[in-house]
Amino acid sequence: MPKDNSIKSVLIIGSGPIIIGQACEFDYSGTQAARSLREEGIKVTLINSNPATIMTDPLMSDKVYLLPLTPESIEKILQENDIDAVLPTMGGQTALNLAKEIEEQGIWEKYNVRLIGVDIKAIDKAEDRDLFRNWLIELGVPVAPAMIANSFLEGKEAAQKIGFPLVIRPSFTLGGTGGGFVHNKEELDSKLTYGLQASPIHEVLVEQAVLGWKEYELELLRDSADNVAIICSIENFDPMGVHTGDSITVAPTMTLSDTAFQLMRNTAIEVMRDLGNFSGGCNVQFALNPETEEIIIIEINPRVSRSSALASKATGYPIAKIAAKLAIGYNLDELKNQITHTTSAYFEPALDYVIVKIPRWNFDKFKGADDTLGLQMKSVGEVMAIGRSFNEAIQKACQSLENKALGLGIYSEKEYKAEELIEYIKIPKWDRIFKIKEALMRGVTVKTICQATRIDKWFINQLNDLCIFERNIAQYTIDTLPIELLKEAKKEGFGDAQLAKVLQGKCTEDQVYEKRKAAGITRVYKMVDTCSAEFEAKTPYFYSTFEG
Amino acid sequence: MPNQQQPAILLLADGTVFHGKSFGKIGIAGGEICFNTGMTGYQEVFTDPSYFGQMLIMNSVHVGNYGVKAEDTESDSVKIKGVICRSLEAKYSRPMADGSLQDYLESNNIVGISGVDTRALVIHVRHKGAMNCVISSETQEIEELKALLTKVPDMNGLDLAKEVSTKEEYTYGDPNAPIRIAVMDYGIKRNILKCMSDRGAYMKVYPAKTPVSKLREFNPNGYFISNGPGDPSSMPYAIESVKEILKEKKPLFGICLGHQLLALANGIPTFKMHNGHRGLNHPVKNLITGRSEISTQNHGFGIDADGVKKNPNVEITHLNLNDESVEGIRLKDTPAFSVQYHPEATPGPHDSRYLFDDFIKLIKENMN
Repeated sequence: MPKDNSIKSVLIIGSGPIIIGQACEFDYSGTQAARSLREEGIKVTLINSNPATIMTDPLMSDKVYLLPLTPESIEKILQENDIDAVLPTMGGQTALNLAKEIEEQGIWEKYNVRLIGVDIKAIDKAEDRDLFRNWLIELGVPVAPAMIANSFLEGKEAAQKIGFPLVIRPSFTLGGTGGGFVHNKEELDSKLTYGLQASPIHEVLVEQAVLGWKEYELELLRDSADNVAIICSIENFDPMGVHTGDSITVAPTMTLSDTAFQLMRNTAIEVMRDLGNFSGGCNVQFALNPETEEIIIIEINPRVSRSSALASKATGYPIAKIAAKLAIGYNLDELKNQITHTTSAYFEPALDYVIVKIPRWNFDKFKGADDTLGLQMKSVGEVMAIGRSFNEAIQKACQSLENKALGLGIYSEKEYKAEELIEYIKIPKWDRIFKIKEALMRGVTVKTICQATRIDKWFINQLNDLCIFERNIAQYTIDTLPIELLKEAKKEGFGDAQLAKVLQGKCTEDQVYEKRKAAGITRVYKMVDTCSAEFEAKTPYFYSTFEG
Repeated sequence: MPNQQQPAILLLADGTVFHGKSFGKIGIAGGEICFNTGMTGYQEVFTDPSYFGQMLIMNSVHVGNYGVKAEDTESDSVKIKGVICRSLEAKYSRPMADGSLQDYLESNNIVGISGVDTRALVIHVRHKGAMNCVISSETQEIEELKALLTKVPDMNGLDLAKEVSTKEEYTYGDPNAPIRIAVMDYGIKRNILKCMSDRGAYMKVYPAKTPVSKLREFNPNGYFISNGPGDPSSMPYAIESVKEILKEKKPLFGICLGHQLLALANGIPTFKMHNGHRGLNHPVKNLITGRSEISTQNHGFGIDADGVKKNPNVEITHLNLNDESVEGIRLKDTPAFSVQYHPEATPGPHDSRYLFDDFIKLIKENMN
């Protein structure tokens, strides 16, 4: 179906103040959507209570309202403007909740405004735990075994049937409050009581914890003709148990066979088609049992999500921009790839590089906060790096964290023993990746690290290769370091300052820089072009690397 | 990684040289270079008979991460001639795997080169088009390799299907299945047979040059013309077989090479593409239903769109959304149709599996 010409004026709802779990990703998507709609000659009105955003820049929309995100504000806008449709999928859960509230009050209908890019029933299905589970079970899609409990006794019974480890999820609480993992019988009583008390209706979901399973995400786009494309596949470096927002993630998936990937792809497409009648972005999270390769669905977000922003930057595919066009009636096969300008927008990006995202925490600003990572997101930002290999990307990402480690280095002031490190990395914390590196440097085996962390062996092997390489470099001084090895080190993502620290003797970052510059080892820039160089790119962006 | 440290070299027919390290077997291999943009399913690709004789670049960075597994094969051996990658991985993590890609390639006598700037290489091939190349982890002597390169045959005019076709007839599926399909094997992928067997078909698979009269002895309800490597216009025997089958007016389905042969049997010419379509992300529009699908593709030859338009008995059913090349045709006077891409996928998206349903439905309709 081509563009719906009856839509001449659209209201976009922003995501409001920046909070943990809902940050500038939605500024990015809102801005893209505003531009995308204006490209089509549509008048864009924007509401956001946060003025410290790009989307509220007067250049982005035709009219900006800096008002609280309340039904009253929306009604005022509708009174003052002739709005045809509202696009609530760009402002995270905040915008969706507001749109839903207004729908229930009948305000959209009163002003003859259509909701586009969304299906209210789909939101309910994805958000309400019980509805969500029952729907998936009906569809035949596996979910983790779980039982509802309304009393302590019922909770104990459920725990007995499901077995440890398990998760207690109280009903109707915000942001996972009162929830947590239960590893053994001893922990059960207190956590069950706590969960039941946290729930306003004294109800908890006792769910099997799939700790140690691998976690994946797929970012999808779907149009009104039911065409679906997987824009990006993302693999969590950290196994299940750490919130996706707090996990180190990698794109594309590194350790999935085609059989397992297609099972996920098919399942994601099936649930998205069944979820409701909407066109736009969607995010589906999976857990995979590495032993059997069975999968379960963890979560679905029928909107542009935090991961969509990452997926857009990772692939070059502007998810929010295209989602906005789908919302006004276009089909995917009617649009062009925004990077090549010649091929179709209906395709699945192919990557010839590796993306690594690492969250950034600010525990030093939250004194007394528990720095253990779990079900509730704690990071305040993230870095994303692009490299021609996993190791290069993870090193670049670590360098961007701006800490004393200088890349994936070691920076602890205290000398830890190997046993202490093995114990430390069993619990996910913000600095686990650095402690894993330290343990590997101390000679702890890949197997031991994998057992302690349940992180996939492939990743740990890659990191171990990096350690072997580093030990090799550490034998040399700046003067004796062979040029070939220096070149290899740059390809492996070592920064000049990092090399200066690794090399024997006293050596500065500048000396490393001078040496490699004299040898002609300089950065080259490669394209993010959506298609692994298959087609010519007209408007790509670039990343630096040391290959070629 | 015993031999990963050995230097290896890639020499293209236009004289361009890339350096890397050895992977798989230590040796020399030559063939036509091509690239695949898929990010999963390397083992299925390597064992796909349509890749016979190709020197394959995998655009994706890390290849080998999840090892190899006997079930993830599309034929009984590795069919590519050589493999070129940025990072071939000897260490893998999949608990269900049988072994490493390094050991697998070595035991299949496949020469590989790792550590190549594949992005630069792919851009080069994209500009210059498909050409022959050699990779060597044995000798670094350019002149010696240049001499070997001249001996690599040109893909144009090459009949490779007869090389990979089964030598003996065999059956597949449940003998009591209600539907019988005669399969002409020019290098069939295993999963095509499985897709048809899963839908209630019993099949007999025949060597490439089997006369059609022999296929008729099986009393088939329909015919399948398989995928395969090489230049379809160099297979006059196969074109004649398709013509002969069409006379029967029984349902016929062709995939990839089978699609090209159906076109040639109807006077539609084929041509060698600049660098072909190989990957898991090519968009195809079904002109009959209006729906689109993401497809697996692997072809270096295509059928001529003008040729289709000139034949009033042939209709275009599927188009490629990237370059508008012909992805599917059907005949008007016979229940015969074909697609250029791979509905059986493996690897790749399962969006197009409905074509097998269509074929089975067509057979059932024609049985009454």
